[in-house]
Amino acid sequence: MTRDYVFRIRRFDPEGEAVPRWQEYALSMEPGERVLDGLLRIKETLDGTLTFRRSCAHGICGSCAVMINGRNALACQSLLGDLPGRLTLEPLPALPLVKDLVVDMEPFFRLNELVMPYLINTEEPPERERLQAPGEQLKVLQSITCIMCSCCTSACPVYWSDREYLGPSALLKAYRFIFDSRDRAEGERLRKVANPRGLWRCHSIYNCVEACPKGIDVTRHITEMKRLAVRRRLRG
Amino acid sequence: MRRHLTRHTLDAVVIGSGLAGLSAAIEAARAGSVAVLTKLYPTRSHSGAAQGGIAAALGNEEPDSPEWHLYDSVKGSDFLGDQDAIEVMCEDAVRTVVGLEHMGVPFSRTPEGKIAQRRFGGHTRDFGAAPIRRACYSADRTGHAILFALFEQSERAGVRFFPEFQVLDIVLGDGRCRGVIALEIATGQVHVFNTRAVLVASGGYGRIFKTTSNAHASTGDCLSILYKAGLPLEDMEFFQFHPTGLYRLGILVTEGARGEGGVLLNGRGERFMERYAPAIKDLAPRDMVSRAVMTEIREGRGIGGREFVHLDLRHIERKVLEERLPEITAFSKLYMGIDPAEAPIPVEPTAHYAMGGIPTDRDGRVLADETGRTVEGLYAAGECACLSVHGANRLGCNSLLDTVVFGRRAGAAMRPALEELPRGEVGREDTSRARERIERALNSRTGERPGAVRAELERTMMQSCSVFRSAGGLTALAGELADIKERARFVSLQDKGRRFNTELLDALELSHLVDLAEAVVHSALARTESRGAHFREDHPARDDKEWLKHTFVYKAGKGVRCAYKPVAVTRFQPEERKY
Repeated sequence: MTRDYVFRIRRFDPEGEAVPRWQEYALSMEPGERVLDGLLRIKETLDGTLTFRRSCAHGICGSCAVMINGRNALACQSLLGDLPGRLTLEPLPALPLVKDLVVDMEPFFRLNELVMPYLINTEEPPERERLQAPGEQLKVLQSITCIMCSCCTSACPVYWSDREYLGPSALLKAYRFIFDSRDRAEGERLRKVANPRGLWRCHSIYNCVEACPKGIDVTRHITEMKRLAVRRRLRG
Repeated sequence: MRRHLTRHTLDAVVIGSGLAGLSAAIEAARAGSVAVLTKLYPTRSHSGAAQGGIAAALGNEEPDSPEWHLYDSVKGSDFLGDQDAIEVMCEDAVRTVVGLEHMGVPFSRTPEGKIAQRRFGGHTRDFGAAPIRRACYSADRTGHAILFALFEQSERAGVRFFPEFQVLDIVLGDGRCRGVIALEIATGQVHVFNTRAVLVASGGYGRIFKTTSNAHASTGDCLSILYKAGLPLEDMEFFQFHPTGLYRLGILVTEGARGEGGVLLNGRGERFMERYAPAIKDLAPRDMVSRAVMTEIREGRGIGGREFVHLDLRHIERKVLEERLPEITAFSKLYMGIDPAEAPIPVEPTAHYAMGGIPTDRDGRVLADETGRTVEGLYAAGECACLSVHGANRLGCNSLLDTVVFGRRAGAAMRPALEELPRGEVGREDTSRARERIERALNSRTGERPGAVRAELERTMMQSCSVFRSAGGLTALAGELADIKERARFVSLQDKGRRFNTELLDALELSHLVDLAEAVVHSALARTESRGAHFREDHPARDDKEWLKHTFVYKAGKGVRCAYKPVAVTRFQPEERKY
């Protein structure tokens, strides 16, 4: 059974316009379809100039992160049936606007690089796998499900006011390695985040948790790092 | 467009940042400067959507051996796989998985802390006796876990990334590869990369079909670019359908679900796989299960007589579902409104994996023809390449293994080239040609929209060239394709801008998809037998006398030309494939 939907989309053409404008598209869609299906249909049948990112279409690549009715979310994971008939779509806030729903992801990925986002273990590797008990892995299990869609960081009011702040995503990435029992760079990595631009800038506003399409409790991870830093007497 | 042309001089360019490209880049970066070009961001490659696992005879859960893995892969391939190459892959599997673990991949663990393993289709002990636990996994996000670890380690290794760069041309000439021309999507600027070596690791092209597990980005651009340049593609008739795609959406529901005990049920509530593969039932290889599902549906035994069957996980403990299959549990709830612990999941076969692709040798060198001649400075690995280790049908978990093993081998094979080969030069005429193509697409004002033509392509391919095929259907399809190809040439765009013009990308991708569809259909029409994923209703039997050989399809004028190469048979003589 189809229903009528209005997609109200913030548009911006960097080659012809100085400021963004709003445009509305009317579509007849099924409630079980995704917001992404609507965007694809608009592009293919109504307006070829509408620009957005997409790839996997089932919540694992993170390409189609946009703001839907004021909330950062993946368009491929948002069902029309869960939303009102009138949808407002905007690009993610806080990242530089490129065109329509596309933002520049570079500043986001740069933040990530600052926390040494890779496993470091310089000990001679054993013949076989390094052992890791399921209990030890449990500590990092949520953090490894992050898809780096940037919904969290661009939902964070602290990041809105300070683009030098590492933000929830990069901090989560630091957690992912600090608490991995196989990593040996805990101290160094902790020093990179336990500073006024990192952990201590987080005010536990929980917007990141609300925005995360993978249901990661990002704030809890940051809090655990704060505790560890305090134990290690790292106050920045 | 700004006329300015940006030139880059690097030792090697890797196209694609999935598992194969990153594995290769890490290796090659030890010998020189390496750039990775991707039309997405590196963490967004379709490798990240791989769910179930990576195969290796670790023997962590029960005794296993690389020889059994070899046998399973050869038999799974319906004896079309090259056994010398499969042997390399299976022998290297244990070292590969251990190496990934050392790089930081969070594999799921046994209680003792070792890498856990589970059952998967076609994985057996003692040469087919019974199912075995060989798949190493990270819950049901194995590809995601490996992709992130490889991306992280490649950044650490100093690999340079060019995200959101769409490759326009891979420049060949004077018997070698000279470089790459690419479009910077954000600005519309053309970039030239002069290099000593190029590795193509650009993934699959499931988007030629309507129902597919593949990402929107999986359009086979680089295969088509090389094919247009006169190089052959190998075994294109073999396209794998995964039996359990989410009904209507095609989203993959991992075979790991059956590995954990899930069963398929038809409209009468019967476990129908018992009739098709009495020994290993629901864990039969994908080609057999896909045909079984389609047969049930065609004979009216779909659920309520409709076009799907049920994947039943209700008897599996909720804790196991949450720990080992959390992703599919989450998206079954989201997209179908179904909790797999309480209701069965509606599934149908979905286009999943291209066994065919750019022909290579075991070190990733691209073959210029069926005689084994190579193209200097050009390499390929991963789903876009064809070794062939998967033959006519790939076993689950062998694709991740293939990408890492042969990605790494190709990267290592590039190292001497990075020191010895002179740097190639991309000429002015090459860049003008690429630019003209863009201008033509932007300025066309009379044709249809790209989406409309692509929908037609996907529909016809699905109808006549999927799980079941026949001469009649394929011949008609070949005719329709010629027409679709003409329409694709003249699509017109509404977006005339230079910056982030995704409609332009749609048009470029469409031109690649129609080429690949043509290669698939003509290869399939020529092969008058049934083997693995290629099932001809008018020739239902396998014909080893005539067809134990690989297809090499070339562009020839307006049509195609097929040539053939014998299969490498070393250890196991072809036998009837029963499970």
